[in-house]
Amino acid sequence: MDMLDLKELGVRGVNSVLHDLSKSRAKSYKINNPMGQHSIACGLDAPMQIKIEGHVGFYCGGMNQHAEIKVNGHAGVGLAENMMSGRIHVSGNASESAGATAHGGLLVIDGDASSRCGISMKGVDIVVGGSVGHMSAFMAQSGCLVICGDAGDALGDSIYEAIIFVRGKVASLGTDCIEKEMRPEHQVKLKELLEASSLQADSTEFRRYGSARTLYNFDVDNADAY
Amino acid sequence: MKQNIPRTQPRKSATFDDYTLSEIRRAAVSGIYDIRGGGSKRVLPGLDDLLFLGASMSRYPLEGYREACGTDVVLGTRFAKNPIQLKIPITIAGMSFGALSGPAKEALGRGASAAGTSTTTGDGGMTPEERGHSTKLVYQYLPSRYGMNPDDLRKADAIEIVIGQGAKPGGGGMLLGQKISDRVAQMRNLPTGIDQRSACRHPDWTGPDDLEIKIQELREITAWKVPIYVKLAGARPYYDTTLAVKAGADAIVLDGMQGGTAATQDVFIEHVGQPTLAIVRPAVKALEDLGMHRKVQLILSGGIRNGADVAKAIALGADAVAIGSAALIALGDNDPIYEAEYNKLGTTAGAYDDWHEGMDPAGITTQDPDLIKRFDPNEGGRRLKNYLKVMTLEAQTIARACGKNHLHNLEPEDLVALTMEAAAMAQVPLAGTSWYPGKPGTSY
Repeated sequence: MDMLDLKELGVRGVNSVLHDLSKSRAKSYKINNPMGQHSIACGLDAPMQIKIEGHVGFYCGGMNQHAEIKVNGHAGVGLAENMMSGRIHVSGNASESAGATAHGGLLVIDGDASSRCGISMKGVDIVVGGSVGHMSAFMAQSGCLVICGDAGDALGDSIYEAIIFVRGKVASLGTDCIEKEMRPEHQVKLKELLEASSLQADSTEFRRYGSARTLYNFDVDNADAY
Repeated sequence: MKQNIPRTQPRKSATFDDYTLSEIRRAAVSGIYDIRGGGSKRVLPGLDDLLFLGASMSRYPLEGYREACGTDVVLGTRFAKNPIQLKIPITIAGMSFGALSGPAKEALGRGASAAGTSTTTGDGGMTPEERGHSTKLVYQYLPSRYGMNPDDLRKADAIEIVIGQGAKPGGGGMLLGQKISDRVAQMRNLPTGIDQRSACRHPDWTGPDDLEIKIQELREITAWKVPIYVKLAGARPYYDTTLAVKAGADAIVLDGMQGGTAATQDVFIEHVGQPTLAIVRPAVKALEDLGMHRKVQLILSGGIRNGADVAKAIALGADAVAIGSAALIALGDNDPIYEAEYNKLGTTAGAYDDWHEGMDPAGITTQDPDLIKRFDPNEGGRRLKNYLKVMTLEAQTIARACGKNHLHNLEPEDLVALTMEAAAMAQVPLAGTSWYPGKPGTSY
C-alpha cells in the first residue's frame, strides 16, 4: 500500500496521483493527514483501494467509479455525491447530503448521517449504522436507504421508486411517502445490504417505506399536498 | 316620449383585457395555473430602446466588406487550462434533451459547430448525437443532476453550473409525463410517463461559500482543464455576479426574463426577474469593481434576436451572448408552414408555446416519434449556421460603422437610449441629451 501525505502533496497532488491511471501500479493507497480538506479522492475511475486516516471535508469520493474508499473518521457535506459505482465506507458520522444523487455503488456510514441523506439518490445503496436527519431520501429516485437507527422529519418526501428501510423510529413521513409491506424479496435485499456493510442488525426489525405514487402526475386535486 | 339617446361605444377594460378575461375563465374551469414555454411575452424595456451613434466627425468608420472586424472570443481564461476559443461571440444556450428531441439537439450541434461556436446541454444529460456533432460542448450541472456522470463531465469542453435562469429565477421545473419516453426516462433514472420534477436548489450545497467548494470539486474531477461557468438568473446581478466571481467562476452566464424555458407557470415567467437590458450593467459594474471585467467573461442571454442585439450587449460590457428561443425559431419552431396544425392545437404560428405537451408540429420540442421524423437535423443545422452567420455580419456592420475593428471594441459611449427607462437601465445618455438618469453630475 502506497502512502500519500496530503499535508505534503495537497489535494491536487493526491488526486493527481489517484487519477493518473498510468502511474497507478499500486492499486491501494493510504492517505495520511487529510485535515478535513475538501474533494479528497473525488472523481476516481479505477478499481483501487483507498484508506483515508482522519476526517474529510466536503465531497469526499464525489462521482466515484469502481474504487473502494474507507474513511477512518468523519465526513463533511456531500460524501460520495453522485457516486456511480464502487464502495465508500465511513467509520464515523457524515454531514448533510451524504450520497446525494448517487447512481450506484454502496455507501456505508457506521455512525449517524445528517439531513438530506440520500437526497435525489438515483440507484445507490446507502446503509447508515446510526440515525439520519430530516428530509432524508428527499426526491429519492431509486436504490435503497437502510437506516439502522431513527429517521428525522419528512423522511422520503416526494420519493419516487427508492426503497427505505428503518429499524428505529420515524419522526414523520414526507409528502407521498408511506409505510409498505415488507415482502420476502425486501427481506432478502435488506439482508444482503446489511451483510455487505458488515453492520450487525436483525433484518426482521426493519420496516419498509416507499412512494404512494399519488403525485407522479400532476393533479390539481392534490394541490394541498404540494 | 322616449328620447333617442346615442349609445356610447362599448369599451373594454384596459385592466381586464381580452387576454386577462380568457385566462380567468381558463383558470376557473381547469383549476390550475397556465404552464407554457418560452420567456416573457409582455412589452419590456429592451435592447431595441438603444441606438448606436455611428461614426461622425470625431470618429471614422471602417470600410464594410474590406476592413477587418474581428468577432472571436475566448471564454474561461481565468483558471482553466483549456479555455474555449470561439469564432463568434454568439453561443447556443442550454436546452435539454427531453424538452427537445434528439435530432433537434443534433441540429444545434451541427449549426453551432459550422458557425464556430459552442452549444450547451441541459437538464437530462449529454446525448451522443449532441456530443458527436458539437465541436465545443458546454455541460450543464443542474440541481436535478439528471443524467449527470463523470464520464460525460470529462467529455465536456466547459461546465456550466446552473443557479438559475431568467424565465424563472428561484424556480425549478417539471417535464410532464407526456414527454417522458423510454429513452428520456432511462437517462433520468425514473419510470416512463411520470412527471419529472427538476429541483430548484442543488442537493449538496447552499450559498456562495459552498459553491466555491463545489467548483473546486468539479475542477479536481476534470483536472482543472475546462472552464467553469456559473449561470445566473437576472435577479440580483450585481451581488450574484460578485459572489460567483468570488466563488471562482471562470465565466458568468446572465439570463434576463425574456430568456426561454421549456415549461413553467406563466405567472412566474411574466412576474419574476428582470429584463435583459436591466441586468447587464450591474453585472459589468460588479466585474469592474472586482478588477475582473474581461478576465471573467460575461455571457448575456434573454431575448437576443439579431446582430444589433449582439452588438449592443457587447457594447454594454458583455463578452458574448447566448441564444435559445431564437435558435429554435431558426430550426423551424413556430413556422407558419404548420399553421393549420397550430390552429388545431388552439393557437397560431408565432404564439405556440405549449412545448411541454409534446405535440410540436415542427417536431423540435417533442419526443413523439412521428413528429420527430418531420425534422431534418442536417437542414436544421444548416439553417442555424446561416442565422448565426447573419447575426455576426449584422454585428460587424454596426461595429465597423462605429469605427471598431473588433466587436469587443464597442463601448457604452457608442450608444444612446430612446427612453428614460432604457437610459437609466443601460446607463447611457438619453438620445439628444447628455443626461444619464440617476447619474449625478449629468444634466439635460
